Amino acid sequence: MEIRYWNQRLETLPRHELRQLQLERLREVVGYALQTPFYKKRLPKVGISSPEDIRSLDDLKKIPFTVKDDLRQAFPKGLLAVDMEKVVRIHSSSGTTGIPTVIYYTADDLDRWTDLLARSIVATGAGPGDVFQNMMSYGLFTGGLGVHYGAERVGMAVIPVGGGNTQRQLQIMRDFRTTVLHITPSYLLHIHQRMPEFGLTPADLNLKKAWMGAEPHSENTRLKLQELFGIDIYNSYGLSEMNGPGVAFECVYKNDLHVWEDGYIIEIIDPRTGEPVEDGQEGEVVFTNLIRHALPLLRYRTRDLAFLHPDPCPCGRTARRMSRITGRTDDMLIINGVNVFPSQIEEVLMSIPEVGTNYQIHLSRHEGLDRLTVKVEIYSKLFTGDLAALEALKNKINEKLRASITINSRIELHEPGSLPAIEGKAKRVVDEREKL
Amino acid sequence: MKIRQISVFLENRKGRLYEVCSLLGQAGINIRALTIAETESFGVLRMVVNKPDEAISLFRKHNITANLTDVVAVEVPDRPGGLAEVLKVLSDGNINVEYMYAFVEKFSEKALLVFRFDDPSGAHRVLTSAGVTVLTEKDLPNL
Ligand SMILES: [Zn+2]
Repeated sequence: MEIRYWNQRLETLPRHELRQLQLERLREVVGYALQTPFYKKRLPKVGISSPEDIRSLDDLKKIPFTVKDDLRQAFPKGLLAVDMEKVVRIHSSSGTTGIPTVIYYTADDLDRWTDLLARSIVATGAGPGDVFQNMMSYGLFTGGLGVHYGAERVGMAVIPVGGGNTQRQLQIMRDFRTTVLHITPSYLLHIHQRMPEFGLTPADLNLKKAWMGAEPHSENTRLKLQELFGIDIYNSYGLSEMNGPGVAFECVYKNDLHVWEDGYIIEIIDPRTGEPVEDGQEGEVVFTNLIRHALPLLRYRTRDLAFLHPDPCPCGRTARRMSRITGRTDDMLIINGVNVFPSQIEEVLMSIPEVGTNYQIHLSRHEGLDRLTVKVEIYSKLFTGDLAALEALKNKINEKLRASITINSRIELHEPGSLPAIEGKAKRVVDEREKL
Repeated sequence: MKIRQISVFLENRKGRLYEVCSLLGQAGINIRALTIAETESFGVLRMVVNKPDEAISLFRKHNITANLTDVVAVEVPDRPGGLAEVLKVLSDGNINVEYMYAFVEKFSEKALLVFRFDDPSGAHRVLTSAGVTVLTEKDLPNL
């Protein structure tokens, strides 16, 4: 198999040199962290008051974990380590309590991030001459833009189409002879189902590869999709706290994802004790971002469950491989790639007087896209008998929910007592989406 | 002059309308007029019954969401143009009709219609001064 590198020296750096590089970069980011109100308070308590206090990589273990809630508490500038004048990009997302989180990037941060995406892309064998159709959402979501810039850097022809509109996607694929897609597994499946409608088969297209991310899926799904389209599919992993996509990516061997360890220190911990698990054991993935200076994050708990492969990959890269995500440590829902917590929905519903205490969150999939239906009971005492008032209530619930979780939902009104009651841990979330 | 209409919230579920109506039947409450306003996911059943107070307490007891709204019951000559005459009176009097529906049975040569107005008192004044008969709730048990 032909192995191509973007930066051969870094990608095949002997482990001891890689660790030395990690140490140097860790000292650098600790220096930036100490410029933030958040870490300025936290790090001296564990004996780290200057970058020199990090003597070896083992000293990382002294640093307490950073969690999602810390990011919310620090909103908007508690984790900002540089002058706003140095910031050239802001990505933001909503949180469980309605308090958003924010990630800042300097021009150099974006440059380093882009470089890791270029590396990821080349690892899959893509490059100049490829026509790349980016079907991930652009905007505040990091999935679209991150890969976009990486693809430009390696010299692919990038079509920034974004998500949705199957007919147009297919037209573009056909007209521009697209060779590479960046897409979620459910949308790729949907595209296949819709092709006959437009008189197309995969043979009419020029697809060669797809990068698949933003949604957990099984190996069987990958195999099935590869067969349906006759293409190679590579798994992608990232999260905006670690810049976005390009934290870990599969190489041509498609045997789980190389974590770019010169950019991110990965730890796998027992989510209950916080202690490291044994090599090869599954646990919660914890990352330290070594390449972002505007907003440093040390030992960030992702709540994703995965394990590390102890054995090297035949491609010669020294970056270890992590498994695909096997689960979550919390109940977070991923709806069309957007992270939503049931507690966010509950909080909104409970703020509306006309809504009773029972509700149900229902997830289904239509035409490759997730659909969120929120079933609520109306509060009898506020029933006026007016149909228009009920319609207005539905709109109000949807608007308020959208303000919190950023996505649209279908609202169903139900009679009091008709939904499963609170007692006995009622099943609040009914997920009918087919597991991929 | 005003009579009380009962509005019942109905979720979109098979057999729900039947359950609500049979509950009234078992309690010996007669439905005089009814209509259903529906959306894709729920509906509101509106009705005039002979014993509204009993009906409301019955619904409360069975955890059925219901409330009372004031409507006006109007006698309309049962001949071509009869309804148009009444509507013209209202239109000339600048009275807005939110919705209207008919009684289930016919009791005389006149048809009976239930009107919901945004201004019930104004509607009553306009109708009676034009000689249109407006029923009171006391008339209902005798129907
Ligand atoms: Zn490899």
